[in-house]
Amino acid sequence: MIVVKDLKKNFEGLEVLKGVDLEVEKGECVVFIGPSGSGKSTFLRCLNLLEIPTSGEILFDGVSMTDAKTDIDKMRQRMGMVFQHFNLFPNMTILKNLTLAPVRTGHLSKAEAEKKAMELLKRVGLEDKANGYPAQLSGGQKQRVAIVRALCMDPEVMLFDEPTSALDPEMVGEVLDVMRELANSGMTMVCVTHEMGFAREVADRVLFLDGGKILEQGTPEQIFGNPQQARTKEFLNKVL
Amino acid sequence: MENYTAWKALIMAGDPVSGWQRFYVYFYQAFIEKNRWQQYLNGVGTTLYVTVLALILGIALGVLVAVVRTAHDQQRPGHKNPVLGVLNAIFKVYVTVIRGTPMMVQLLIMGFVIFSSSREFSLIGALTLGINSGAYTAEIIRGGLMAVDQGQMEAGRSLGLNYVDTMRFIVVPQAIKSILPALGNEFIVLLKDTSLISVIGGQELLYAAKGIVSRTYEAMFPYIGAAVIYLILVMIFTWLLGIFERRLRASDRR
Repeated sequence: MIVVKDLKKNFEGLEVLKGVDLEVEKGECVVFIGPSGSGKSTFLRCLNLLEIPTSGEILFDGVSMTDAKTDIDKMRQRMGMVFQHFNLFPNMTILKNLTLAPVRTGHLSKAEAEKKAMELLKRVGLEDKANGYPAQLSGGQKQRVAIVRALCMDPEVMLFDEPTSALDPEMVGEVLDVMRELANSGMTMVCVTHEMGFAREVADRVLFLDGGKILEQGTPEQIFGNPQQARTKEFLNKVL
Repeated sequence: MENYTAWKALIMAGDPVSGWQRFYVYFYQAFIEKNRWQQYLNGVGTTLYVTVLALILGIALGVLVAVVRTAHDQQRPGHKNPVLGVLNAIFKVYVTVIRGTPMMVQLLIMGFVIFSSSREFSLIGALTLGINSGAYTAEIIRGGLMAVDQGQMEAGRSLGLNYVDTMRFIVVPQAIKSILPALGNEFIVLLKDTSLISVIGGQELLYAAKGIVSRTYEAMFPYIGAAVIYLILVMIFTWLLGIFERRLRASDRR
């Protein structure tokens, strides 16, 4: 579904990604872990071209994302993204947050979009907030709405960029529950997270990124139970 | 009326009159004699007409320039659009020239050089003021656009919305809310700057006051009267802006 070949990214001379390769199958849940500054978020943001890769290739469903001829808006409509800081639109109601993109891109009619938004809100237990504004929600509620907002476009893959890092500890669980449910429903997911419990439980594959390279990857059992690299062991000792 | 004629005669003759009598005579001749208040009223009409026209033109120009310049600055490296590049260069020159020359000079050039054969003074005035205001409004709006959290643009684009839609529905509405006080300032300046168009013959409020001064040889009442009317107009304007601002902030408070 997603194929990344030798992805490199420089920020004004600073080499953040030093050649990352990745293949994600349909329905797979891939989780990136690693220390701060290792390039996890940058890598994720390269996947839907919020960051422009310096070199390398990203294929989504066989189409090159980096090709200048690719209609990037069309491609992004098929990839949902959830941000660390939620990035809900504060100037509109929750319902408008959810229906804006599907309606404007012609993906759904207004009535269809509202129906779908209400169904999804119900699934995350927030249907009573539909006509409220983002400022009235707690962090956990905002992030659940943000996930629903991405889902309203019926994406084929969901990208999660540290979705729980900006949350109060007691709100982490409610967001992880939604992500877990999503993974179990067969959604293809690429996550960057510091939630090792989530990675261990939900991920099909865990990748340890350090210094802009994938140092180690494998099933959660392999990575958490029997890490091969010294650097991976050191990192896991610190965070677990 | 009888009082006015009698007391005016006393003043003309140099006879002693009380402060009240003097006030009455000057007030009467500045506002009431020959229905002069109508001239102020007509002047206010022209002032408002010019302000509204210039405001619309200024906002339209300001939004256009600000959006094009912001879009130009936000392009992906290696995907520069040549049309945007040219427009950006033109708009940069526009902002530089307009901000770099006095309003009065711009008016004189428009009135006596570019449109020297036209007698549509109010229209020329509104055009000049609008073009002038647009340059300042553009920079205010550009500042507002840049102040909106980058995450908002990213969220919009990540959903597959194109740049224009993301700007229109997400970034611009948030920018307008934060720049409203500065924009209000600019509009107040614009309203008061309409008084300058009297130099090219625009018959607005100050033009009326000036005309009355030259006929009555008395400056205080017409000019102070004009000042009070400007003040009242600005206060009404400020009040309207306040209402607008409160409505826009509704989404924060709830």
